Amino acid sequence: MTTATAATGSKRNTLTAGQLSKWAPWVTLAASFALAAGLFMLVAVASSTDFSWAGVAIVGYILFLIILPVVSRIVEGGRKAMDRFMTGLVTGAFLLAFIPLLSLMWTVVSEGAARFDVQYFTESMRNVVGEGGGAIHALVGTLLVTLGATVISVPVGIFTAIYLVEYGRGWVAKGITTLVDIMTGIPSIVTGLFAFALFSLLFSDPGYRSGIGGSVALSVLMIPTVVRSTEEMLKLVPNELREASYALGVPKWLTIVKVVLPTALAGIATGVTLAIARVIGETAPLLIIAGFTASMNYNLFSERMMTLPVYVYNQYIAPGMNVSAAHERAWTGALTLILIVVVLNLIARLVAKIFAPKAGR
Amino acid sequence: MSKRIEAKDLNVYYGDFLAVEGVTMNIEPRSVTALIGPSGCGKSTFIRTLNRMHEVIPGAHVKGQVLLDGDNLYGDGVDPVLVRRQVGMVFQRPNPFPTMSIRDNVLAGVKLNNRRIAKSDAEALVEKSLRGANLWNEVKDRLELPGSGLSGGQQQRLCIARAIAVSPEVLLMDEPCSALDPISTLAIEDLIGELKQEYTIVIVTHNMQQASRVSDSTAFFNIAGTGKPGKLIEYDETTKMFSNPNEKSTEDYVSGRFG
Repeated sequence: MTTATAATGSKRNTLTAGQLSKWAPWVTLAASFALAAGLFMLVAVASSTDFSWAGVAIVGYILFLIILPVVSRIVEGGRKAMDRFMTGLVTGAFLLAFIPLLSLMWTVVSEGAARFDVQYFTESMRNVVGEGGGAIHALVGTLLVTLGATVISVPVGIFTAIYLVEYGRGWVAKGITTLVDIMTGIPSIVTGLFAFALFSLLFSDPGYRSGIGGSVALSVLMIPTVVRSTEEMLKLVPNELREASYALGVPKWLTIVKVVLPTALAGIATGVTLAIARVIGETAPLLIIAGFTASMNYNLFSERMMTLPVYVYNQYIAPGMNVSAAHERAWTGALTLILIVVVLNLIARLVAKIFAPKAGR
Repeated sequence: MSKRIEAKDLNVYYGDFLAVEGVTMNIEPRSVTALIGPSGCGKSTFIRTLNRMHEVIPGAHVKGQVLLDGDNLYGDGVDPVLVRRQVGMVFQRPNPFPTMSIRDNVLAGVKLNNRRIAKSDAEALVEKSLRGANLWNEVKDRLELPGSGLSGGQQQRLCIARAIAVSPEVLLMDEPCSALDPISTLAIEDLIGELKQEYTIVIVTHNMQQASRVSDSTAFFNIAGTGKPGKLIEYDETTKMFSNPNEKSTEDYVSGRFG
């Protein structure tokens, strides 16, 4: 009997189940949106209102989320239906998150392109009240202040992380970890007030402003980020490497300097670059402690210093004689900031690639 | 080039937990001593006390003495770094430094300690150590490539080359072949046979055949039950341990009738 059935070759494979074809989701999607569009067309005609694109998107999406799982449940069974439902939800959430980002990019690029010219990057705002002018002073200021913050934060952050991972035991380490956590949550305006209070007390000058003050304020924001990312990277270094080094009679500090840090270097460099990208757009603390100015200032240690975020804010809030020109400058400032952050992120990836331990075979 | 190890009434603790109790044994220079026993019986813990590596684990400490040619490793003011320069170690899993080339891995003991070494001396040391670890012919054309690109067995021999490059007196091996295939294992066992001309070797192994093949003496560790400390049950020449041991539990273990 069994041989006879096998010989026919038409016996159904018990491992198969019903399957929707590959284009089924797309057809369902198109059908859902067509249905929704038809619905809203009727509503628009009947109540003589405008055709609602947002309504079509929402109703079409909901229809798709209902129809596809139902069809799938009938053909493929419960597990596949749930899978398709969840895939739909996740994709929807992704698109929802993506729309504002795209919209933001588009607005900034289209609005900022107008003044993205040579003049913008070669001139300051000195004696400019109407059209023209540029942001070289703000660009230089941002780079200097952020450089200052990096110079302060990176050593402090990395040494703290080394202490926490390699040496820290007991309540001291726990205390520091807690403090770092609290620091992560400090509102940025508070760091500006802190830096302002610190420097005006130090120099007994109630109107104190300088770039280095901004650097100090930013470093308060940056240190916890650097500590956290470095800590994670150091923890990733396998203990076996430390033990291998100890077993060769290498002291602990040399093990850290020559084995642990180089192994984690790629991650640490990435973390530092991302921390820079995180603080380079800070406005509030710089508004207080670095102040604003229309002129060039290359000296981090004296006088007011303009920075890009403050420049954007200032162009918007105090446009001068020609409002649209000022707003164009503000948009270009925002575009420049975004570009700097993008470049920093690219650098972070490059750095990670260059310093990563090679596995070449 | 090789020293005698004497453990005297050694107790090893992790925090308050007594992991190994009352080990007294003499390990002869220029010989291979195998430590065998079931998992968790304290072989690895014991071998790590012989170069103070157990201290890397927080809370681990030792009572008793370990003498290296008469010098107590646990005496006052003994620097664990100096101990480890004399007592090298090879670990269970091959762990070459991923940021370094094959050459730099061999020279790690020199370079990591910031010692200056003439280029010709360095070349000679690399070749001697790699030849010592039976790896020279396989890697001599690619010394600049990362050590992590080698096969597992080659990596382990690289680690042995790295350990003998600092010319220790004693070489400790904590299950050096457990992650390797039989061919690599054979290569390393041959290597152990050659290395014992110059070094005192202590090896932890789960492989009974390996212990009987490579070692001159064997020590059997055992525990009475979970939570109890591991103890040295019997320590004798390997031939005797595997043919006619004094203890019943040793015989059960080596013949596979254990538990």
